[in-house]
Amino acid sequence: MESRFLPLFIAVPLAGAFLVPLLSKIWSRFADLIAGIANTVLLVVSVYTWLILRAGGVPLHYWVGGWKVIGIAMWFDALTALVVLVINIVGFCAMLYSIRYLDRYTTGRWKFYTLFLLLIAGLNGLAISGDLFNMFVFIEISAIASYALVAFGTEEEEVEAAFKYMVLGEVGGAVLLFGIALLYAHTSTLNLATLSQALATNGKTPFYWFVIATLLIGFAIKMGMEPFHAWLADAHFSAPAPISALLSGVFIKVTGVYGMCRLMFNVFGVSRAETPAFFNLLIAFGAVSMVLGGLLAYSQNDYKRLLAYSSISQIGYILVALGIGNYWGFVGALFHILAHALGKGTLFLASGSVEMQAGTRELDHLKGLERSMPFTSWAHILGSFSMAGVPPFAGFFSKLFIIIGAISARMYWLAFLAALFSAVTLSYLTKVVNVAFFAKKNEEPVRAKEAPATMVLAMVLLVALILIVGLGFQGVLNHLIGPAAKVLMNGLDYARLMLGG
Amino acid sequence: MIPYIACVLLFLIGLYVVVSKRNLIKIVIGFCLIEYAVNLFFALVGFKKGALPPIITSADQVRLGVARNFVDPVPQALVLTAIVIGLSTTALMLSLALRLYEKHKTFDVSEFRKLKG
Amino acid sequence: MRGMSLIVQVMAGLLAGILFLYGGYIMLHGHLTPGGGFAGGVLIAAALILVSLAYGSVEQVERRRYILSSVFESLGGAFFLALALAGYFAADCFFRNTGVFYLGKPLQLVSGGLIPLANIAIGMKVGAGLFAIFLALGASRFVMKE
Repeated sequence: MESRFLPLFIAVPLAGAFLVPLLSKIWSRFADLIAGIANTVLLVVSVYTWLILRAGGVPLHYWVGGWKVIGIAMWFDALTALVVLVINIVGFCAMLYSIRYLDRYTTGRWKFYTLFLLLIAGLNGLAISGDLFNMFVFIEISAIASYALVAFGTEEEEVEAAFKYMVLGEVGGAVLLFGIALLYAHTSTLNLATLSQALATNGKTPFYWFVIATLLIGFAIKMGMEPFHAWLADAHFSAPAPISALLSGVFIKVTGVYGMCRLMFNVFGVSRAETPAFFNLLIAFGAVSMVLGGLLAYSQNDYKRLLAYSSISQIGYILVALGIGNYWGFVGALFHILAHALGKGTLFLASGSVEMQAGTRELDHLKGLERSMPFTSWAHILGSFSMAGVPPFAGFFSKLFIIIGAISARMYWLAFLAALFSAVTLSYLTKVVNVAFFAKKNEEPVRAKEAPATMVLAMVLLVALILIVGLGFQGVLNHLIGPAAKVLMNGLDYARLMLGG
Repeated sequence: MIPYIACVLLFLIGLYVVVSKRNLIKIVIGFCLIEYAVNLFFALVGFKKGALPPIITSADQVRLGVARNFVDPVPQALVLTAIVIGLSTTALMLSLALRLYEKHKTFDVSEFRKLKG
Repeated sequence: MRGMSLIVQVMAGLLAGILFLYGGYIMLHGHLTPGGGFAGGVLIAAALILVSLAYGSVEQVERRRYILSSVFESLGGAFFLALALAGYFAADCFFRNTGVFYLGKPLQLVSGGLIPLANIAIGMKVGAGLFAIFLALGASRFVMKE
């Protein structure tokens, strides 16, 4: 079904990004206004498009310039719907949060919003693009915006982290481009659907595996998978809090996991039955990320650094769940993308307001914040529960589905490992809660005020969504996650639907 | 075949420079080498021996069928896009390097150790 | 930024105009010959950079140039987006060319509908953007402090 709403996902944030530097010369607060309008419109459009998708039942498509098949395709199916909703919900909350958070920085409000909107535009563009080279371009747009945003504070460590992140990220981008060049040399097409058909006729030659390996390395760097994780902790640690929330909650999952899923499952058409090697590889790297990320998080003393390592661990969960390769595994992976985006978003936002109000984020110096900052503290505590998999929060169901998937695939050790590291997650997050938010009787709590209203509102929104997703998991499963998992299950239907529709 | 291998070699040289050099500017140069290698490879993909550049200079060309003997223009367009992306990343990298220089008064990576991990 | 010697200044003055013109030519003929918005924009930026390197400038001028080029860059981006949206609103199709823009006859200067306009937009964005990058890098001690 053709939908004329799809280009808006790119046009709205880009228009915002171009208007912010122009209009903020007149009045600096236009920057907030434009970013707010753009993000609200995006949120409304993504929910509305999802409802159209629900009502119609067939994926939505759009050909740029009206050039069918030879032009650039935009594609909106259940998987895209999930990713776009995650991007725009977390993006909206981060934007709301930034309004007051940016008071910490003396200048450059408009620069922040321009880059922020470019980041959102890149992520949305990647999600709805149906063209390989366009996916690359959007990955790079969002990546470049994120490098600059990590360095936004221009303190020593921020610039250093950004440089490190940039070197690794750009090598990843170059490897991705190399893989795309190989694919183009082989098939002479870049549209994902025709690419998928061309690859299906070629069979699984060594070349096929070489291309898969090249692309996997590129995406692995982008998602911060274990051997390539070096940039992630520093970048998430140094970025402004709303950007940490976006990077950790959305960026690594959209550019890394979503990009990989789209290419591997929908274009290359890998499936557990035919190519078990690929899935075992995912499980291996996922398990290593899960274990090492969890253990590294345990030993951190800095609040944000702990959360960053925790993200590596959670990416490991998603990879393991994808590697299981059956329906519940996919459901678990996608549910975890949603739950982790909301949960980690809350935690990073909470860490930002703690840092802003208490002036430090060293766990040694934080005590008893619960009394002075009740909203932030409880947002953090509920977010931690969700991340650790305590029922009835969203995180519980994602881990439950992963474990169900592992058991039904007869990988009992994997189910055990997932459950074990859920407990590890709980323990390191409890450490933060115990140390920072509660104080022993004889200790003097740190003096701090509650964060400004919009910041609290952003956190409360995310926590409310965590609760809604957790309590209404049946509905979320039936209407959002289930169809998306089916897109991954029946990977090669993608080409049929796009070219037939 | 040799041009392709040369591209891969260039890529590896760039990677070596990025990994082994300690000077920020050299790292940026190594990164540029990587980028050029990939762009060159992509441009070579569309090459066809004895073909014309894909420019239509008169309507006759289309009528006479000369238009069929063109090199593939798609990789060229894509490489141009990739070059633009590379330009912006290089500029950003250099500005970060300048920033680091202002803070530390040196380009040596081993001198700044604020972040480990 | 200090200026350079008289020889350089004279040569730069002679060259800059030609460079600027050539950039404009490349930009406007983008739909007929190799080149286009990006190449033309780079040439225009090169002309601007040449002049400001040769003659030098003071802080106020530099800052004004930076603001002006960032405004031009945003205008170029907005213009490009407006071209895309023109097709979207007129014919329900992003980047629609036929039926929205004047197509003209092939191989003439005024032809191609959307393409030359898009080239101009890209040229504006790239030229101003590159010049802003140059100012931000070369004159970082002025610009970044704002």
